[in-house]
Amino acid sequence: MPRFFNTNAFRLAAVYFAIFATSVLALLAFIYFSSADFIEQQTDETIDAEIRGLAEQYREHGLAGLIEVIQQRVAEARRTPSRIDDTLYLITDPLLHSLAGNLEHWPPVGERGGGWVAFPVSETHNGVIETDQARASVIVLPGNFHLLVGRDQREARIFRGRVTHTLGWAALITLGLGIVGGFFMTRNMLRKVDAVNRTSTRIIHGDLSQRVPLTGSGDEFDQLAQNLNEMLDKVERLMVGMRQVTDNIAHDLRTPLSRLRARLEVTLIEKPDVVRYGDALRDTITEADRLLGTFNALLSIAEAESGSRRESLDTVDLSEIARDVAELYEPVAEEKGLALPIDIADRVMVRGDRHLLSQAIANLVDNALKYTADGSVSLSLHANSSMARIEVTDTGPGVPPDRRDAVFDRFVRLEGSRSSPGNGLGLSLVRAVAMLHEGAVWLADNQSSPEARGLTAVFELPRVVDRTVLAPHETARLLPAPAGAAGSSSEPPRDLGHT
Amino acid sequence: MKLLVIEDDHETAAYIVKGLQESGYVVDVAHEGREGLFMATSGNYDTLIVDRMLPGMDGLAVIAALRAAELRTPVLILSALGAVDDRVKGLRAGGDDYLVKPFAFAELLARLESLMRRGTGAPTTTKLNVGDLEMDLLARTVHRGKQEVDLLPREFRLLEFLMRHAGQVVTRTMLLENVWDYHFDPQTNVIDVHVSRLRQKIDKGFDKRLLHTVRGAGYRLSTD
Repeated sequence: MPRFFNTNAFRLAAVYFAIFATSVLALLAFIYFSSADFIEQQTDETIDAEIRGLAEQYREHGLAGLIEVIQQRVAEARRTPSRIDDTLYLITDPLLHSLAGNLEHWPPVGERGGGWVAFPVSETHNGVIETDQARASVIVLPGNFHLLVGRDQREARIFRGRVTHTLGWAALITLGLGIVGGFFMTRNMLRKVDAVNRTSTRIIHGDLSQRVPLTGSGDEFDQLAQNLNEMLDKVERLMVGMRQVTDNIAHDLRTPLSRLRARLEVTLIEKPDVVRYGDALRDTITEADRLLGTFNALLSIAEAESGSRRESLDTVDLSEIARDVAELYEPVAEEKGLALPIDIADRVMVRGDRHLLSQAIANLVDNALKYTADGSVSLSLHANSSMARIEVTDTGPGVPPDRRDAVFDRFVRLEGSRSSPGNGLGLSLVRAVAMLHEGAVWLADNQSSPEARGLTAVFELPRVVDRTVLAPHETARLLPAPAGAAGSSSEPPRDLGHT
Repeated sequence: MKLLVIEDDHETAAYIVKGLQESGYVVDVAHEGREGLFMATSGNYDTLIVDRMLPGMDGLAVIAALRAAELRTPVLILSALGAVDDRVKGLRAGGDDYLVKPFAFAELLARLESLMRRGTGAPTTTKLNVGDLEMDLLARTVHRGKQEVDLLPREFRLLEFLMRHAGQVVTRTMLLENVWDYHFDPQTNVIDVHVSRLRQKIDKGFDKRLLHTVRGAGYRLSTD
């Protein structure tokens, strides 16, 4: 429980409770004082009216008339005791001897020239003598007769007592409710935060599969939990991906290294021979170069993926880049007996890195040429209002649909292709380059004609229209944002569907 | 031919020095930037080989200081930083060529040779000759003997580069960088295919071969 008092939730509840209690108490105090004031004012007004009425009587009917009226009032008051018995009357001669009225003698306020006086009166109520403060108005009539009209304050006192009593209870109930409510509210909130804390602790201790439980209420806490869970999902995915990459790197680099080592060892075991030594060393260098090539490719991919090049992107002519790549590979295709038809639209400008785009397109063409035994590899570039699309279509064996996503991962090579040269990093680089350019790359069936076989690699990136250089975020807005097309995807974005 | 190697890693420096000495160069070594700058300004070197990351004074700062002192000695930058941006930075600082570590020694030799010849060639040449092969840079024509050789624009640039470096070994990477302006290695050896196609055009039908393949290094255009 001491933790409870040390929580933000408790502090929040306490502050709100304090504000709440203060306002309630202020409101009650205002009610109390204004109602007490009102009663006093009422009393004074009644007394004032009465005494002026009596003074009128005196002017019209003289002293005798006044005495008679007073006696009438007193008698009337006695008949209905509960209501107006607290009106006090007294008329005295100049020596303050009572002439009429329900006060037995002049109150101990001395002889006054007139005005408001206050004095204690005692009365018997239900056999109990109660002393109350009375308030009265005095006027001096001609002949130095004194007229006093007053009221005892018993009713006001009782009323005030009742108000105080009521307000006291109201305050108590309010404070009680505030405390109980604050406690439950705090505990409720604390429980939700606790759930998040418990989950994070378990994750810190290594269980990445833990997720924050959802209450299903859709409130802020649920949203927080949901966001945390999504974040955790992403982190887990990245971790798994990273682990896979590391495993693959370790595995794929171990094979050539052990081959290299074995070759050197065998050379050493055999009889020393300068020619054979020379051959072995040359082979070793070739193998080492291949390993270095793999490392360089990994570094290029990592660099493209990190997005650090994004600031240095320029507006470049993708048509020219594509034509240059086609020209670079044209003799290779010819040597293999393949046709390399190109269909490249003019002046398609994109915001990009010329070297990386060249390398990405070269990798796609290189792959297509490598795996196609006969037929053709075609390279096309077309653009709509927002996207530029490069397609490399071959008539090779293709890639089974369920592997079309996986081949973009590092070191992933299809079973049939293990014997051909390559490090399994070409397509990974293409994907990294696509992502760097806020584009996408995916594989599809070659659909150039109904009986066509083979594969089409589609590389798509945002186009710069009218050669205006757009900031990356503006370019992003131009994108129709195809679902899941940020990286590679085996499904083409729907809005640019296949022909 | 006297060279200065400014390289802080002793093993790499020893390897470079040994290789260069075997190839007939006189080589001095500095292991630190400031020392290297001092030696470069006082000694009379034909070419400098400068590592980028050096203690004391950064390699690029050394080059900038040399250039500021009006020293025009050709500089080859050696660096583990291989991104295009890094190259651009190195060449802007005053380097004449940029070689990324790790490198093949043949590559280093070929580039050094190319650097040292650069200064001597007359830049206003309009005709290049290697044996009976003649290139007219203005008319953009090539003749082997009396016979005109028909080349595509890229083949012309490839041959021009080879002719400008006649007698030297030219590596595949040098060709990719200078003829195509690509700074990556295509997986398939596309350069070999381009060169063999060029060879078909200039050597086929002639007794004397001009375009030679240098094993483990690259190509050489020469009359021997």
